[in-house]
Amino acid sequence: MLVTAGIDAGAATTKAVVLSEEHVILGKGVVPSRADLAAAAEAAFLLALEQAGLAREAIAYVVSTGFGRYMVPFRDIQVTDLTSHAQGALYYFPSTRSVLDIGAQSTRVSHIEPWGRVKVFRLNAKCAAGAGTFLVRVAKYLEVPLEDLGPLSLRSEEPQPISSVCAVLAETEIINHLTAGIKLEDILKGAMLAIADQGLGLLKRVGVEPEVTLTGGVSKNVGMVAALRQQLGQHINVSADGEEGSFFAGAQGAGILGFMRLKKLRGAG
Amino acid sequence: MSRNGLFAAGVDVGSTQTKGIIVDRQRRILGRSLLDTGANVTRAAERGYEAALGEAGLTPADIAFVVGTGYGRYRVTFGNAQISEIGCHARGAKLVFPGTHTVLDIGGQDSKVIRVGDEGEVVDFSMNDKCAAGTGRFLAMAADTMDLALENIGDISLRSTTHLPITTTCTVFVESEIVAYLARGRKPEDILRGMHRAIASRCTSLMHRVGVEEEVTFTGGVSLNIGMVKALEEALEMGVNVSPESHYVGAIGAALFALERAQAGMAAVREG
Repeated sequence: MLVTAGIDAGAATTKAVVLSEEHVILGKGVVPSRADLAAAAEAAFLLALEQAGLAREAIAYVVSTGFGRYMVPFRDIQVTDLTSHAQGALYYFPSTRSVLDIGAQSTRVSHIEPWGRVKVFRLNAKCAAGAGTFLVRVAKYLEVPLEDLGPLSLRSEEPQPISSVCAVLAETEIINHLTAGIKLEDILKGAMLAIADQGLGLLKRVGVEPEVTLTGGVSKNVGMVAALRQQLGQHINVSADGEEGSFFAGAQGAGILGFMRLKKLRGAG
Repeated sequence: MSRNGLFAAGVDVGSTQTKGIIVDRQRRILGRSLLDTGANVTRAAERGYEAALGEAGLTPADIAFVVGTGYGRYRVTFGNAQISEIGCHARGAKLVFPGTHTVLDIGGQDSKVIRVGDEGEVVDFSMNDKCAAGTGRFLAMAADTMDLALENIGDISLRSTTHLPITTTCTVFVESEIVAYLARGRKPEDILRGMHRAIASRCTSLMHRVGVEEEVTFTGGVSLNIGMVKALEEALEMGVNVSPESHYVGAIGAALFALERAQAGMAAVREG
């Protein structure tokens, strides 16, 4: 049995998966990235191996991706986020033509060919508006655990708009709304709609080619998924609540690219 | 107890702090106040007004006219008029430094540049209120991350002897850059100098959008930070005016407008 591993060293979390030849996830692991990216990669990898019940030696090829991809000491190769997320998105949604990857610190959009080649792309890693970190901060000021934000926002009936684009300046506005007695879920939904607008701005600039698939950490938040669908006015694929396919898309895509690479190497040999 | 004479008040309700100023007919400052705006903006405006009145030894009945300015000016419910902070800053800076032709105001949540004419009128202005980079928030965040008091970071930054570049623009993301520098054993003063230079560079590009004409007067809460003054002078390659009044310039301008309106009102009554 041929097995590969994909490691996605993100700004906030490091994800690792171990894949079978059919590209099915045999084991996965996720740990906070923190300052030592190499240690995080190792820890996530060990978790994935443990879940798969495999020894390190069983892995034929390790591919790293993500912002810290050069910091994964045990990698065989590294690939860009765009390439890995394209493969991850296609695995779950073969008709994907636009990939929207919203992570903690960056937003990336791309148009891809049916086999995963990236045609055009745009990135924003300069500003937290539209990125997952904005949500983390909102959770902090509202004193709501991050994982409760999504379900809570779905209860909103009258979202309270926020005018600040900046994740820092929005804080004052959100606090003013709280003081004014506006419901938590309405403030939250308003913030999510603003973040969604920022994230989608990048997608609209390259043009929306259906189907659109969301990947990256923000895909775990049901409230953000709803806000993104609402603001885009069309369906956005997310895989799959429970399976967290979109969340692991970078790591899984990296592992899939490992198989492609192995095939090439063997063909050449 | 009421006093004779003509008195006017300006209240500048900023996002972070509220400032109050009382002036007499000779445009002398009789009372001033400075307090945190907090969540209740209306109450902050009232408290700022009351504190300035207290210092002047006056009561609301003595004041002929009150002008509100700043982001919370419409919450100055007792005010007779509201005037934008742009106009008030231009007017106030001209009183404090009569040679002023450019005002740079860096506040807690925005920064603005105003080109000022000879009479204290606004010729042109440019503003950043969309992004926290280039505002006081950027420094407040640095102080927080480094666990230092905001009022000390300017002095600390001046101890630096090296150039440590800060490459991140976003106030949220710069936190990681600071943490990474600290983890690598870089000195707090060097990081802080880099932070001050980063703001100076963003503000000077805002200034060049409207043109820089001497003298430059630096106002707003951030002007009290000596490290920021030095970083700005270095970036502009010229000296800038700052004074302990710099923080109050918006409120001073508002009080001057209030005085003019009161005098115009009296003239109208006389003519009538």
